[in-house]
Amino acid sequence: MGKNLVGNHIRKLRFNHDEMTQQQLADKVGVTRQTIVALEKGNYSPSLELAFRIAHAFNLPLEEVFFYGDHTKQ
Amino acid sequence: MTYQEKKSIVSVISAILIFVSYCLFMYPRYPGVGVESSEVFHYWGSFVLNLTLFSIVAHIIISIIFNIVFRMTTNEKEPAFADELDKLINLKAFRNSFFVFVVGFLFAMGSLAFYQPLHVMFMILISSGFISDVTGSVTKLYHYRRGV
Repeated sequence: MGKNLVGNHIRKLRFNHDEMTQQQLADKVGVTRQTIVALEKGNYSPSLELAFRIAHAFNLPLEEVFFYGDHTKQ
Repeated sequence: MTYQEKKSIVSVISAILIFVSYCLFMYPRYPGVGVESSEVFHYWGSFVLNLTLFSIVAHIIISIIFNIVFRMTTNEKEPAFADELDKLINLKAFRNSFFVFVVGFLFAMGSLAFYQPLHVMFMILISSGFISDVTGSVTKLYHYRRGV
């Protein structure tokens, strides 16, 4: 299975938000912990709605949580 | 390993155990040679119906036991709902499972078209049902581990 082109900074952001656990973020955005695990591993590109809910949970705009393509080239 | 991954593995193992144990139970009850065809049809009809009922009940019991063991060993509660990732994986699992069953069904009809005995058709049909069940669980396991 190829890696998704949509990457994210969820792990880093969780750490910066009082070391929020995966379960706490999952509860906040209404998904299971498995989905947060898959997102952090880059195994799953979320729906637009879920992406917005996650960005909302961190009080950040969407583009500061998610990026498209290789982040290092930006 | 997460709840969904463990559940998929348990699903595969339980499907194999249920099917094999049921086949071992039913095999000696197959009507012998020279029996009327209505007896044979009755055997295969009850085989499929009883297998369906038996596997539903067994799956429910295994699922309850699995949830209890999961809670006791991890102190975590199982997810109470299916989110978008679960739904997507379920759809993919259903697609693969359905595809396998349709191929099996076509082979079963093909066996009749090529004048194979009746029991061959039923065996292919029942086996394809079993393989499609396993395929669904393996697909779930694959996508939960490797992503979508």
